[in-house]
Amino acid sequence: MKRALTCIVCPVGCSLEVELDGGKVMSVTGNTCPRGAKYAEAECTAPERTVTSTVRCTDGRILSVKTDRPIPKEKVAECMKIINNAIAPLPVCVGDVIIKDIFGSNVIATKNINAL
Amino acid sequence: MYDCVVIGAGVVGAMTARELSKYNLKICIVDKENDVAMGATKANSAIVHAGFDAKEGSLKARLNVQGSKMMEQVAADLGVKYINNGSLVIGFNDEDKKTIAELYERGKNNGVENLEIVDKKRLHEIEPNVSGNAVCALYAPTGSIICPYELTIAAVGNAMDNGAELKLNFPVEKIDVIDGGYEVVSGREKVEARMVINAAGLYSDKIAAMVGDESFTVHPRRGEYILLDKDAGTLVNRTIFRTPSKMGKGILVSPTVDGNLLTGPTSEDMDCYEKGNKDTTAGGFGKIIKEAMENVDGVQFRKTITSFCGLRAVGSTGDFIITSPKQGFVNAAGIESPGLSASPAIAQYIAEMLKEQGYEFEENKDFNPKRAPMHHFREASIEEKNEIIKKDKSFGRIICRCETVTEGEILQAIRTNPKPTDLDGVKRRTRAQMGRCQGGFCMPYIVNLLAKEMNVPVEAVTKCGGKSVVNFSKTKEVGAND
Amino acid sequence: MTDLVIIGGGPAGMSAAVAAYESGIRDILILERDDSLGGILKQCIHNGFGLHKFGEELTGPEYAWKYEQRVHELGIEYKLNTMVLSVSPDKVITATNTEDGIFTVEAKAIILAMGCRERSKGALNIAGSRPAGIFSAGTAQKFVNMEGYMPGKEVVILGSGDIGLIMARRMTLEGAKVKAVCELMPYSGGLARNIEQCLNDFDIPLRLSHTVVQIHGKERLEGVTIAKVDERRQPIAETREFIPCDTLLLSVGLIPENELSLGAGIDLDPVTNGPVVDQDRQTCIEGIYSCGNVLHVHDLVDYVSEEAEIAGKSAAEYISGMSGEKTNITLKTDGKIRYTVPSKITSKKDVKVYFRVADVYRNVKINVLSGGEVIFSKKKPKVAPGEMETVMLKKDMLENVSELSFELEVM
Repeated sequence: MKRALTCIVCPVGCSLEVELDGGKVMSVTGNTCPRGAKYAEAECTAPERTVTSTVRCTDGRILSVKTDRPIPKEKVAECMKIINNAIAPLPVCVGDVIIKDIFGSNVIATKNINAL
Repeated sequence: MYDCVVIGAGVVGAMTARELSKYNLKICIVDKENDVAMGATKANSAIVHAGFDAKEGSLKARLNVQGSKMMEQVAADLGVKYINNGSLVIGFNDEDKKTIAELYERGKNNGVENLEIVDKKRLHEIEPNVSGNAVCALYAPTGSIICPYELTIAAVGNAMDNGAELKLNFPVEKIDVIDGGYEVVSGREKVEARMVINAAGLYSDKIAAMVGDESFTVHPRRGEYILLDKDAGTLVNRTIFRTPSKMGKGILVSPTVDGNLLTGPTSEDMDCYEKGNKDTTAGGFGKIIKEAMENVDGVQFRKTITSFCGLRAVGSTGDFIITSPKQGFVNAAGIESPGLSASPAIAQYIAEMLKEQGYEFEENKDFNPKRAPMHHFREASIEEKNEIIKKDKSFGRIICRCETVTEGEILQAIRTNPKPTDLDGVKRRTRAQMGRCQGGFCMPYIVNLLAKEMNVPVEAVTKCGGKSVVNFSKTKEVGAND
Repeated sequence: MTDLVIIGGGPAGMSAAVAAYESGIRDILILERDDSLGGILKQCIHNGFGLHKFGEELTGPEYAWKYEQRVHELGIEYKLNTMVLSVSPDKVITATNTEDGIFTVEAKAIILAMGCRERSKGALNIAGSRPAGIFSAGTAQKFVNMEGYMPGKEVVILGSGDIGLIMARRMTLEGAKVKAVCELMPYSGGLARNIEQCLNDFDIPLRLSHTVVQIHGKERLEGVTIAKVDERRQPIAETREFIPCDTLLLSVGLIPENELSLGAGIDLDPVTNGPVVDQDRQTCIEGIYSCGNVLHVHDLVDYVSEEAEIAGKSAAEYISGMSGEKTNITLKTDGKIRYTVPSKITSKKDVKVYFRVADVYRNVKINVLSGGEVIFSKKKPKVAPGEMETVMLKKDMLENVSELSFELEVM
């Protein structure tokens, strides 16, 4: 079985074609770098996404956050619920862990906010 | 009990309320909308007509010529921009020539000063971008431009400074005759007054019917406009009209007092039940673009900033309907074009009518005709601006980049009568959000300023009152616990 | 007199400042209108930035932070909340802020890095009413990502530029329902990967060759009528379809903000709406440079930084009185290629030429010709208007050349 994909690893967005045999990736073509092959394999077996969103700080201000590595795609909605209920303490710096260890990733701050 | 309630805070209601505030009268202005100047006043050609258009002997003709002569002083007193740029009615053929000759005669009879018929050569000398196909024009040097909602806001503000009150979101549902006057009812609220001025624009027939006057009707006539960037604003200096024909008055091209270029209006009679329909149409855009380009060369419609639609309040008699069906009750209805031009004269005319009915009009010795211009900071010198910034830092912070409007100016507008309570109200008073990005950058800042000043949650801030909220909720609250 | 004034503290302004510093200039002043450095990146909280520049995938605020740190480390001076009101041809800048009031700065060199703005609804002449609930995608992005408010529950997006696609995902993740993304053209203006991860991941339909023809609702938006368009991009009446929604987001193009440039008398390119520049990003006024989205709209911030470094380094050389071997080469395009930046070469050095194509083309050869002869050629499987392309011209290729033609050959 063949599956067509668009690589999301970088802005080039290569059109990939994956040859599958019963869920097993036999070959990847169309990629212009090794990361494309890796992405195709993951996308066909265990797709992953980085989640970016915001959390409220203790004083109500908005902090941008991301998962520090991609999480399983089917967990994105669940991850959002956890993010939505989180509160970030102040002050906060880029890279500070806001939520530890969810779906194999940490949710970290992507900007700095000073305490008032 | 008030002495007088003015129904409708359009330009006619506003000018009338201001006129009445020259006397020792307790005045209340009511309007169904969330701000003043929300009907025909908000969306029209913004022209102070010279007065050659209306038929000799009509109220329109008389009050137009009179009003346009008063306008410059009124604008100066109220701190409103007014530019005497002159207007041209351009003709393309022999039939147009004939019409122009008629307009010239009519204008003279109406008392319009300095009218002149110009030939092709002179026309293109004074307006080089007028179409090369135009062969002659009627030149009216007294034609002027003004911003109708700026005038109205200032007139209401000045009336309020002189003691008048303003009640918004007050749609009049019933008027009862009571001892010594009238009771004007809106929902659970009511105001009592000895005199009532019906300046309700499109709805003035309904208001008149509430006191039993069914002698006229008012229907909407749709007029669509396209407004272009200031980059395109210097294409013409004067207001360029097409010679009126069986096909109507045609599309005008005019600079605005703020330096944009205005094109329009279309003219489409609509049914009475469509008084709320201010939709623009694809057909309207097509007509404006086609005709504007026929009249003036090089109109750059790719510099369009916005398009809008206004509804003229067209009365069933063909003339202004300024009547008093009952003691103390005056209609100012069917005030279509040249209503803006005539408005200062209409206000005086109404005051005279009421005086004649025996009401006491005692001069208000404290009446102050002046209102500080809202564009004071904008037009100040750098030195003056720096003095202002030294006293109030918010004048150093630009909020609207396109129109260079400072936080100080926005806060001043929010705090000045009649106070705006929504985004469009701030826009009409300060020009913030009115430039080429149409609020793309500054709108979130203004939302925050309004929320803070009015002491309401950010989610409660609206574009134009009612259900026109900008934001529905805070993030992290929607579905957080699903 | 200040050596170098940079207008705009976004990615372009900061990169230019750092590059100028690294080229030996110390007297630098950045004027930024917002309350922090970083520009529009601050609200682009999604990831996908920095792969070229830093070899890692960063979010917008993280990418900005990398440069902010450099600006701080190097001690480059900047003024926040400072709006430049005008630039004169002799390089006097007038600006305003709350602390200094209205003030002027005289500069030896200026770099224009003001960025761009979104095309607004007004410019589109969509028929119908004017209710609340119509936002440019970037305005909605600011509300959601910076202010923490939800401007919509049921959303239609017009235009498939990257901001529109990114906002489709953001609104969805924050609990809104995105009903459709309509695109006037038969192809998307955004990156392929954004269609994949922002639309396909959430089953949001992309309606190509569709536009919004009518807006409904008096106070708040109540719905839009969309229609398919024909080859001339005119709506087909029979295909009209009403979609109930409370929000319409517009992602219908970006316009470089060149009001200051125009005021200074700088020539603009009618295709890019940005200044006409040479390989150093110098405008028609000596000592005034331009880079980033104010020069031409980029799809990747990495390229913005790259371009700004050229401007920063060149401005530094200008201030130090250095100059290279002169030449005068005009760059022409064939229509399939819409424009090139730079559009002229005035100095003999290696020049990377950036360009965009007018349509989607497959299996193409990009040819550079001089005097009818191909002097450079490269093959691409696909080019699209939404994706900027580059060609590297080596210094030795510029010998005895007065005009270079950039042509696209469809094979």
